[in-house]
Amino acid sequence: MKQFFLASILAGALALPAFAADYTIIAPANPGGGWDQTARSIQTVMQQEGISGNVQVQNVPGAGGTIGLAQFASQSKGNPNALIVGGYVMVGAILTNNSPVTLNDVTPIARLTGEYEAIVVPADSPLKTFGDLVEALKKDPGAVSWGGGSAGGTDHIAVGLIAKAAGVDPTKINYIAFSGGGEALAAILGSQVTAGISGYGEFESQVKSGTLRLLAVSSAERIAGVDAPTIKESGLDVVVQNWRMVAAAPGLTDEQKAAVSTDIEKLVKSASWQETLKTKGWQDTYLAGDAFKEQLAKDISATETVLKDIGLVK
Amino acid sequence: MNTFDFLLQGLLVAAQPMNLLYALIGVTLGTAVGVLPGIGPALTVALLLPVTYKLDPGGSLIMFAGIYYGGMYGGSTTSILLNTPGESSSIVTALEGNKMARAGRGGPALATAAIGSFVAGLIATMALALIAPFVVKLALVFGPREYFALMVLAFVTVSSAFGDSTLRGLTSLFIGFALAIVGIDQLTGQTRMSFGIPDLLDGIEVTTLAVAMFAIGESLYIAAQGDLGPDKVEAVKGSVWMNRQDWARSWKPWLRGTAIGFPIGAMPAGGAEIGTFLSYATEKRLTKHPEEFGNGAIEGVAGPEAANNASAAGTLVPLLTLGLPTTATAAIMLAGFQQYGLQPGPLLFATNPQLVWGLIASLLIANFMLLVLNLPLVGLWVKLLTIPKPWLYAGILLFATLGTIGANPSVFELGMLLAFGVLGYVMRIFGYPIAPVVVGLILGPLAEQQLRRALSISQGDVTVLFTSPIAAVLLVIAAAALIIPLILRARGRGEVLAQLAASED
Repeated sequence: MKQFFLASILAGALALPAFAADYTIIAPANPGGGWDQTARSIQTVMQQEGISGNVQVQNVPGAGGTIGLAQFASQSKGNPNALIVGGYVMVGAILTNNSPVTLNDVTPIARLTGEYEAIVVPADSPLKTFGDLVEALKKDPGAVSWGGGSAGGTDHIAVGLIAKAAGVDPTKINYIAFSGGGEALAAILGSQVTAGISGYGEFESQVKSGTLRLLAVSSAERIAGVDAPTIKESGLDVVVQNWRMVAAAPGLTDEQKAAVSTDIEKLVKSASWQETLKTKGWQDTYLAGDAFKEQLAKDISATETVLKDIGLVK
Repeated sequence: MNTFDFLLQGLLVAAQPMNLLYALIGVTLGTAVGVLPGIGPALTVALLLPVTYKLDPGGSLIMFAGIYYGGMYGGSTTSILLNTPGESSSIVTALEGNKMARAGRGGPALATAAIGSFVAGLIATMALALIAPFVVKLALVFGPREYFALMVLAFVTVSSAFGDSTLRGLTSLFIGFALAIVGIDQLTGQTRMSFGIPDLLDGIEVTTLAVAMFAIGESLYIAAQGDLGPDKVEAVKGSVWMNRQDWARSWKPWLRGTAIGFPIGAMPAGGAEIGTFLSYATEKRLTKHPEEFGNGAIEGVAGPEAANNASAAGTLVPLLTLGLPTTATAAIMLAGFQQYGLQPGPLLFATNPQLVWGLIASLLIANFMLLVLNLPLVGLWVKLLTIPKPWLYAGILLFATLGTIGANPSVFELGMLLAFGVLGYVMRIFGYPIAPVVVGLILGPLAEQQLRRALSISQGDVTVLFTSPIAAVLLVIAAAALIIPLILRARGRGEVLAQLAASED
């Protein structure tokens, strides 16, 4: 019995530091996806650079991040040590899910990174170029299954935009939603779906090792070091950037907000963060303060238009 | 250098006294935290990973491996002794393990779990080292339709393995399905049955349901019986250790559990629980002592415990070969690797052999330490059973509540814990098996999502479910498992079968 109590006391004592952590970051997606990688990169860099001694990452997956967002907004109110990672996918998901909790219910701190979408097929796919894929899509939209992130997210929106630009009814696309990058990648590698769409970073090591073929990227210009044409070059006017941001809890005082903003600025300016961006293939799109607020409002209204266009939001 | 040179070198490094100490500390910490219900290996590793940052890469990897295996193992101790599964993969262990403990055979139950985990960990880690690239190819062949066929097989075997009445088993299973519907539907993003309560958007947590059904329900049941007669629990009957017969009955389930658990752990959408369900069902079918199932059969502990440890090693297959973290635990391990510039991916085995083999050697050492730590403790653990019932069950209630609050500090979660505890109590009174509810909650959403994905990819063509060779084989096995007992029954051998299906409670 003594051992029993000792064990529970030990366990309790070990669990304590989790609550006393300098920062707890919610990654509102399954492990392995873009938000998870962003949260874990913040964790690593903050600890390496001594910005925070102890950073915890917690995964709260589901529905394009709105489950994590709702939980964060209700449970972290006024907590200056709580952060959540989010981004463009969340903007779309809030609209498609008709989420009662929106980005207005948290305190957006800064946009951190941007990543362009990449369209890939398994190495043994008969589709050799992006043009082939578009032809197949035009012939029979339902026969082309796309594997990507959650319903209504960036990946889904990009597929809708491609269909629309190609003159295909966007409501006819056959989009298979997976909850995290890992599961979608497995389905693409196993040739379960025709094509995969996600941020380039998630496919990079597979593309380099030759197990996936990169057909196109969704940037305006070709990306340095990436051997693939843009969607624009194929004659479809589609440019999509999946940006990611970090937000703090609602109900913070101005001083608390400023303190978090300072820590994030330190993070972004650090050498190891810049190094991380390079290895992950993320673009630095740091934007903070009022400029970010304005841009966010613009993005939200633009996304609403797009989603209505392709029939995801009524 | 070839494979074995690397492995040998890794083992030599890991066997240095200082590193053995790190392994022991890791295993102790991992087991201690893993014992708390609701706190599974993922959370254990996440909580304790920062402890390893301060060490050199070698020591850190070793301690980390210890924490990982320790956390995996910790859950089984409470399952066996207290009927309180520490995590979803040790739910099945509670079925037979706790019955054994109450019959005075807690010692052999704990020992077969510890040794089975060791054997499975050893074989699976070796398999990881030698055949990972092949296993991962097999795992990737599993698409939505194959997963769906696997789920069908799991449903058929599981619902016939739990409880003596198929009707009651199915009723319990469907309660689990109903609970599984709650939350946001992943494929459309629409909310189902959450009644506008934000806590329900996330669905119902498996560990909350399991702890409630097993621990709280059990406590209520015992309390409701009142002070009837003397306490009949015998802490130790016979030897604390496994006797010759226990060994003879354990080694095959260990091997079968390993063979089932490892490939399922390697599948991107697998998960340790499925392996334990299938292993339990297999052992129940193959056993020579069917009358003991439901009353504490050692095979029912040995198989599933081996399966969940083998699948822990299996999880590393997609992680090391593809860079795919398929479970929360694997994702946290990924963060751990990245501390040392190790980027898991298709090229890892070629570009970073020292680190990979170092990790594999560490896993072997940690596995060994787990056995060193746990076998001597078996004698101490079983003394827990001599605690008077009111104290013991009060302790279980405290433990269950603490674990749930620790995993998710929410008042609503606690309310759910109590409500499901009452449900578990009511089901016990009316003789409905508990385990299928939890099985339904775990497998229901997987089956639903995979079926819908498969049909979406095929544009509604149902035949696609049978045309893949793997799916077809799995479905044929499922059909056989369903039909053969019916034929046997029709031939008038129903009595034998009724005996085979021993009661769970």
